[in-house]
Amino acid sequence: MGRSDSVPSGEPDRPEVPEQRSGEGPYLQVTDLRVRFETEDGVVKAVDGVSFAVERGRTLGIVGESGSGKSVTSLAILGLHNPKRAAISGEISVGGRQLVGMAEEEVRRLRGRDMAMIFQDPLSALHPYYTVGKQIAEAYRVHHPRAGKREARTRAVDMLGRVGIPQPAKRFDQYPHEFSGGMRQRAMIAMALVNDPDLLIADEPTTALDVTVQAQILDLLSDLQEEFRSAIILITHDLGVVSQVADDVLVMYGGRAVERGSVEQVLRRPQHPYTWGLLSSVPSLHGDADADLVPIKGNPPSLINLPSGCAFHPRCRYAGRNGDRSRTEVPELRAAGEAGHLVACHLPAEERTRLYQQDIAQVGVAR
Amino acid sequence: MSTETEPLLRVRGLTKHFPVREGFRAKGAVRAVDGVDFDVRPGETLGLVGESGCGKTTTGRMLVRLLEPTAGTIEFAGRDITHARRAQLRPLRQDLQIIFQDPYASLNPRHTVGRIVAMPLQVNGINPPGGIKKRVQELLELVGLNPEHYNRYPHEFSGGQRQRIGIARALALRPKLIVADEPVSALDVSIQAQVINLLRDLQRDLDLAFVFIAHDLAVVRHFCHRVAVMYLGTIVEIGDRDDIYTRPQHPYTRALLSAIPDVTTLGPAGRIRLTGDVPTPLNPPSGCRFRTRCWKAQERCATEEPALVTRDGGNQATACHFPESGPIGVVTSEPVEVP
Repeated sequence: MGRSDSVPSGEPDRPEVPEQRSGEGPYLQVTDLRVRFETEDGVVKAVDGVSFAVERGRTLGIVGESGSGKSVTSLAILGLHNPKRAAISGEISVGGRQLVGMAEEEVRRLRGRDMAMIFQDPLSALHPYYTVGKQIAEAYRVHHPRAGKREARTRAVDMLGRVGIPQPAKRFDQYPHEFSGGMRQRAMIAMALVNDPDLLIADEPTTALDVTVQAQILDLLSDLQEEFRSAIILITHDLGVVSQVADDVLVMYGGRAVERGSVEQVLRRPQHPYTWGLLSSVPSLHGDADADLVPIKGNPPSLINLPSGCAFHPRCRYAGRNGDRSRTEVPELRAAGEAGHLVACHLPAEERTRLYQQDIAQVGVAR
Repeated sequence: MSTETEPLLRVRGLTKHFPVREGFRAKGAVRAVDGVDFDVRPGETLGLVGESGCGKTTTGRMLVRLLEPTAGTIEFAGRDITHARRAQLRPLRQDLQIIFQDPYASLNPRHTVGRIVAMPLQVNGINPPGGIKKRVQELLELVGLNPEHYNRYPHEFSGGQRQRIGIARALALRPKLIVADEPVSALDVSIQAQVINLLRDLQRDLDLAFVFIAHDLAVVRHFCHRVAVMYLGTIVEIGDRDDIYTRPQHPYTRALLSAIPDVTTLGPAGRIRLTGDVPTPLNPPSGCRFRTRCWKAQERCATEEPALVTRDGGNQATACHFPESGPIGVVTSEPVEVP
C-alpha cells in the first residue's frame, strides 16, 4: 500500500461509518476504500468507495459476480497490491492500525500474523517443491524469529491435526501433490491459522471443491472461528455458501457496495434490485423445478467505462421509475428501514417494498 | 415421458479403464467408468451428476466417441456405435453433438463466429436452403445473439455469449441428442440463469434429448427429466427427477443433497457429514464403493457389490444393500463419524 493521497476523487467524499455492535468496536474497519489501476485502455475503478466493518467472532460475506471488486478489496486489506500499479485511498483500520499509507515492511509484519488469507486454489498457493509441513513451519518462523526448528515443527503438526488432517506427523513430510483437493485446502487453512490471526480473509475457499468436501471445510471454518474468535471475511459468488456461514452480507456491483446488512436482512428481505436479480436467478433445490429462472438481463459492466449514475441501471427492471435519476446520479448507501440494513438505490423505500412483494417474493429462492 | 418409446441412446456395461504405467510395466488401471447402464429416450434430458472423479465426463466423452470405450456397448437410434470407425461416425455426428464446459477454450480464437458456427455444415458437406450464411444467422438468432455479429471474433464476446456460440454450433446440424458437459459452471449466476433458460427453451422447441453432465444438483433439477448419480465410476442411483430429489434411496444421494448449501435455509443446516475423500479409482474399495464413507455400511457391503435394482416397481433404481426409504431429511440410522 504505497500512495494514499494521490487519487483525484471524482465524486464528493461520502464516508459512511458503519455502526458498532458491541463495546469493543470492529476489528477491521474499511472506510471509503478506492482502488484504481491505470491501464492502456483507461483507469479501472476496481473499488469505488466501499465501507464496511467486521467484528471479532463474526463473518462478513462479500458477494458479487466477476469484476465486482470483491477480490480487489480483500487484496487491498492485505496490502498485496503493487503500489506502482494500484492507487489506493480511503481508510483500512486493522485492530486500530491504519494500513493505507503504512510502510510496506510494517504491513508485511502484520500480514500472516494479525491477518491471513485463504486462496481459492490451494494447488497454486502451495509451493510444489517444499513439503507441506515445511511451508507451514516457515510461516510460523517468519513471525516468531526466536522459535527453533523443532518448536515450529511441533506447532505445524499441531495445526495440521487441528484442521482435521489424519496422521499429521506423517503428513508433515509429504508434498502438496500427495494431498487430495480437500486436504490441500485444509493444509492452507492450517498455514493461514498458524499464527492465530485475528482477521482471516477467505477468497472463494470452497469453489474448487466438491460439495461434500465443501461442507467439511465450511464446518471447519465455523469451528475454528469459535475457537480462535477471529473476524472472517468470506468472498464468494455462491449465495448458498453465504447463507450457511455469514453473519453479515455485503453485495458488490461494479466496484461499489449496493446493499449491506445482516444475512437475514439481505437474503430474506433484500432491498436492492440487483440482490433481487441474484436471488431469482439462482437455481434451488426447493420450489417449482419447472418454473423458468428469472435471469438479470445483459452483462456485468466494464470497470473502465462504468454506466453513469447507478451502475446497475442498464440491467435494472425498475430504472425508468425515477425519471433520469438512475442515469445521472450515483445512489448513496443509505439506511433501508431496519437498523444496520443499508441500500444504494433511488427507488423510494415504500415502492421497493411493494415491488419486492409484487414481483420477487414469489419467484425462485426468494420465496 | 412415455416408457414405451424406443430409447434413442442405450448404454450397457460401458467401461473405461486408463492404464497406468510405471516405466515399462503396467502398474494397473484407473477405473474411471466401471460398467454403467442407462437409456435416453427421444426428447428426454438425463442428468449425470457426481463429484469430481466419478466418471461423468469420461462417460460423456465416450458417448460422442471422443474416447474409445474399454468395454460395453453404446447404441444410438438402434445402431451399435461402440466401435464405429471415423467414416461410419460421420453421419452419426449430425445427430449427436457436444457442448463443452469452457467457453474460452472450445472456440478457435482466429475464426469468426460465422465460421465457427458454419464449420459443422461445411465439414459435413451440407448446403442448407438459402445458403450457409443465412442458416448461421438463423442459428445465432435462435440462441439469442445478434445475427449482425457474424463477422466478430470470440474475444469480442462475454463468457455467456461464447457459450451461446458453442450452443449454436452444436445445433447447426439439427442433432437429436446433445451431450452437454458442465455447460454453465464457468458462468456467473445471472448469466448462468440466462443460458439454462435458453437450453430449456431449445430442448422443448426442438424436442432435443440431452445428456447433461453437471456437479451442481440445483442446476440439474431445473433442467433434467431424469437423473443418474455417479460415484467412483458407477451409477449408484437413477430415477425420475422428483424421486431423486424428494425420495432418494441411496445414502450417497442423500449426503450429496444435504451437503449443498441452499440459500433458502439460513445458518448451518442439518447436514449429513461425510468424512474423508472419495477413494482413488486406481484401487476402488471392494463390494460397495461408497462403503468407506457410508454410515450404514455392514460386513456385507465389503464383500458383495450391490446391483442397480428397482424396488416397489417404480422407476427409481438404487445400488445399495440397505437403501433408505421415505422423504429426504429422514435417515433410518444416524450418520456416524467413520474414521
